[in-house]
Amino acid sequence: MAAINLNVNGKTVTVDVDPATPVLWVLRDHLNLVGTKFGCGMAQCGACTIHLNGNAVRSCTLPVSAVKNNAIVTIEGISETGDHPLQQAWEELDVSQCGYCQAGQIMSAASLLKRNPKPTDKDIDNAMSGNICRCGTHVRIRKAIHLAAKTQSKK
Amino acid sequence: MENFKTNNSRRAFLKSSLLAGGGLMISFSGLAKFSLDGKINAADLPGEWYELTGYIKITQDNIIKIFNPNPEFGQNVMTSLPMIVAEELDVDWKKVVVEMGPHDNVKLGPQFTGGSNSVRMYWKPLRDAGAAARNMIITAAAQTWNVPAEEITTKAGMLYHEKTGKSGTYGEFASKASAIPIPKEVKLKDVKDFNVVRHSQKNVEGVKIVTGKPLFGLDYTQEGTLIAMIEHPPAFGMKVKSFDAAETLKMPGIKDVFTLKLYEDGYEQAGFDTRTFNDLLVVVGATTWEVMNARKKLKVTWEPKGDTKDKMAGRGGSREVLVPGALESTATHFAKMKEYAAKPAQLLRKDGDPETAFKNAAKVIERTYNAPFLAHNCMEPMNCFAHVADDKALIVGPHQAASWIEPTLSKVLNLPADKIDMQITRMGGGFGLRAYGHTFVEAAIISKKVKAPVKLMYTREDDMTYGIYRPMYTATYRAAFDANKNLIAFHVKGGGIPENPIHANRFPAGAVDNYLAEGWEIPSNITIGAFRAPRSNFNAAAEQSFLDEVAEVMGKDPIEFRLELLKRAKENPVGKNNEYDADRYAEVLRLVKEKSGWSDAANKQYSRGVAAYFCHNSYAAHVVDVVKKDGQPFVERVTSVVDCGIVINPDAATNMVQGAVVDGIGNALYGEQTFKEGVPEKNNFTRYRMIRHREAPKKIDVHFVQNDINPTGLGEPPFPPIFAAVANALYKSEKKRFYNQPFSAEFQKKA
Ligand code: FES
Ligand code: FES
Repeated sequence: MAAINLNVNGKTVTVDVDPATPVLWVLRDHLNLVGTKFGCGMAQCGACTIHLNGNAVRSCTLPVSAVKNNAIVTIEGISETGDHPLQQAWEELDVSQCGYCQAGQIMSAASLLKRNPKPTDKDIDNAMSGNICRCGTHVRIRKAIHLAAKTQSKK
Repeated sequence: MENFKTNNSRRAFLKSSLLAGGGLMISFSGLAKFSLDGKINAADLPGEWYELTGYIKITQDNIIKIFNPNPEFGQNVMTSLPMIVAEELDVDWKKVVVEMGPHDNVKLGPQFTGGSNSVRMYWKPLRDAGAAARNMIITAAAQTWNVPAEEITTKAGMLYHEKTGKSGTYGEFASKASAIPIPKEVKLKDVKDFNVVRHSQKNVEGVKIVTGKPLFGLDYTQEGTLIAMIEHPPAFGMKVKSFDAAETLKMPGIKDVFTLKLYEDGYEQAGFDTRTFNDLLVVVGATTWEVMNARKKLKVTWEPKGDTKDKMAGRGGSREVLVPGALESTATHFAKMKEYAAKPAQLLRKDGDPETAFKNAAKVIERTYNAPFLAHNCMEPMNCFAHVADDKALIVGPHQAASWIEPTLSKVLNLPADKIDMQITRMGGGFGLRAYGHTFVEAAIISKKVKAPVKLMYTREDDMTYGIYRPMYTATYRAAFDANKNLIAFHVKGGGIPENPIHANRFPAGAVDNYLAEGWEIPSNITIGAFRAPRSNFNAAAEQSFLDEVAEVMGKDPIEFRLELLKRAKENPVGKNNEYDADRYAEVLRLVKEKSGWSDAANKQYSRGVAAYFCHNSYAAHVVDVVKKDGQPFVERVTSVVDCGIVINPDAATNMVQGAVVDGIGNALYGEQTFKEGVPEKNNFTRYRMIRHREAPKKIDVHFVQNDINPTGLGEPPFPPIFAAVANALYKSEKKRFYNQPFSAEFQKKA
């Protein structure tokens, strides 16, 4: 056990955990931020995707001790009021089915759009292929990312 | 907005609902302990709620709440079912608050999600409920205004009496209406007057999903909840012999390690009480990570379980089912299936004289199709919260059928059902798996034992290796032709481990003079269960691939060939009990031909495959267009047509069909669970291949047959035929037939 300081969604928090604990479980079990989902625990499905200094990472295999001063952003912190262009595009195209994978999908997509504001289908496929969706919402996700890219470029 | 004039807290609510919902509708979870949006709580809603019919509550200020009765697992019933109520109630959908209903079969009906039945079974009751409540409000207004009820009209939650110029909100009369007995008979709207149903409405939980609100079973917790995990045997056919938990107990956060029996000896299992492993080795601790880690330190000796007998409840008393103890492997499964396929089987249906027809045929073709066990792989692993005290229990979790599991809990916990509070959460997928109750029983008995609230967590490995798989299937199809290449006889003989897949009365039964269907089963200790369109998901794959070859032998276009058979089935059906409606079946084929531009020269660049199927009372057809991408076949485009009667929520229904298409392509190409000495060889997505974004089609066009038939299933029907449409397109692309799922194994070998 060790007291670890983290910057989560712009706030500084202190948790007292085993330093090897993956960030996923720190978020879910200790900080009550359950928007980040557990799907595989092996960096295979993307359900647990968060941003570390703006880059998409799988929180299920990221030990909390490795975070250091890097800012963590979760689905709860990606926008104050749920109006990130991706969240709006997801709403507009009614992407979700069961919805379980979608927080992770949005976090992966957000980091893609930051790096590449006008992604092609191929860019999207490459950036998103680490995120599984058993419900099969892939076609709408692709469309929603294009839509968000368009909205963003108009801003 | 004018309806909400007073009360500051209500204004605050509206403001935040607009913020959170982007001006859209907002829903509330019925689970009191969920912290919802952080700002809004159902309890903060103003005024007193007046209940009408069990499905509807209205405040004096005309806030209208509709309860979704049925569990939501992605099929969007949370939106579509309340839409049906709102339609007949005649309210403005945008002002409706939707809440997940409590588990209460008396008030809210059967509350079971599965068999593509949600809309079908609730269509009439929900229309009745909406219409009855409207009727009660009108009666209350008529009494107050002292005018005849027949002269009162309604619109968007308002009442009007033209002659006197009187008007009012539903809310003004809600209190009075709630005291009026529910009418026995009500008039329903004419389908052509619908203005909520048949109009696309957004998912009422869409905003919550994309902002990461706690909605799912996995997200539920309470103060003081312990985490539990079960170490189950590494192989089917094994059980725990002894264990040493010394190291585990030394780990931080660990409270206890013990074994428990899921069901006591002699327990009579109900249909969905499947038990894969009856002896549970349980680790309980403070946090998920601590329990996960400590579990790894267990030293367990496993032993073969040997043959066992399960006592199963059935119609007309209980029966015993022998569960063989031997450790099973995929290689031996194949060998055994071959052996059984050669033996005489159970006759399922016979028309005409198939034996003679085959004997005298000018040509016979015979093809065998195989499909593996499949894991459900719901993205939310199995989990359940339970707090069991001496005299009551609270059970919260993702379940397709609380009503089926509650009687089991009542028996196992020895508590009357009314002392068990079961709450239904949103599910991160279900696909049939969440109709089975073992997770709930496990959580409950663990909580009872440790006398604390417990959250039972399955890791992905636990989830994928636990069983309740789609069974392994095989079927051999034969077709006989006369000298003019007319189809004169059709024979299917199918079997599976441990279940026979054949639907003997489905197409092409009824369309061929001489028809024979047979089935057989091989018992196994690998547990199986419903998986999106059970049995159909294999039958369609095999039969619709075979029909493609039959059409080819006859030199006919595969769509025209099917239409000819359906014409025969309609005009002069063979035999009895044909399950399908030949006209509706033919219509989806005709429409998919048109919409896909099946005969257009412009589409010649694609390797195209077609398939259609009837199941769960609905009809679906797909045309799949394959191209080569990086040297590999790739499904680039799909055109789908579905006839499920009236479509409640068109855009959401389209999403569901698109999802079934992607899910079907993924399972057809990659899905597979295999075994070695009882050990499931795939235990996480490292080895269990799921379809990825780069493998999903670029475009899926969905069309619905427009008719006024009462709605039927949608979650399952589009799934089975996609397997065969893919196989038939792959044939065109790869110049060879694909008989064995997963198909990608074959073209990847080549690559
Ligand atoms: S849970 Fe982290 S990638 Fe699956
Ligand atoms: S929406 Fe269900 S897993 Fe993606």
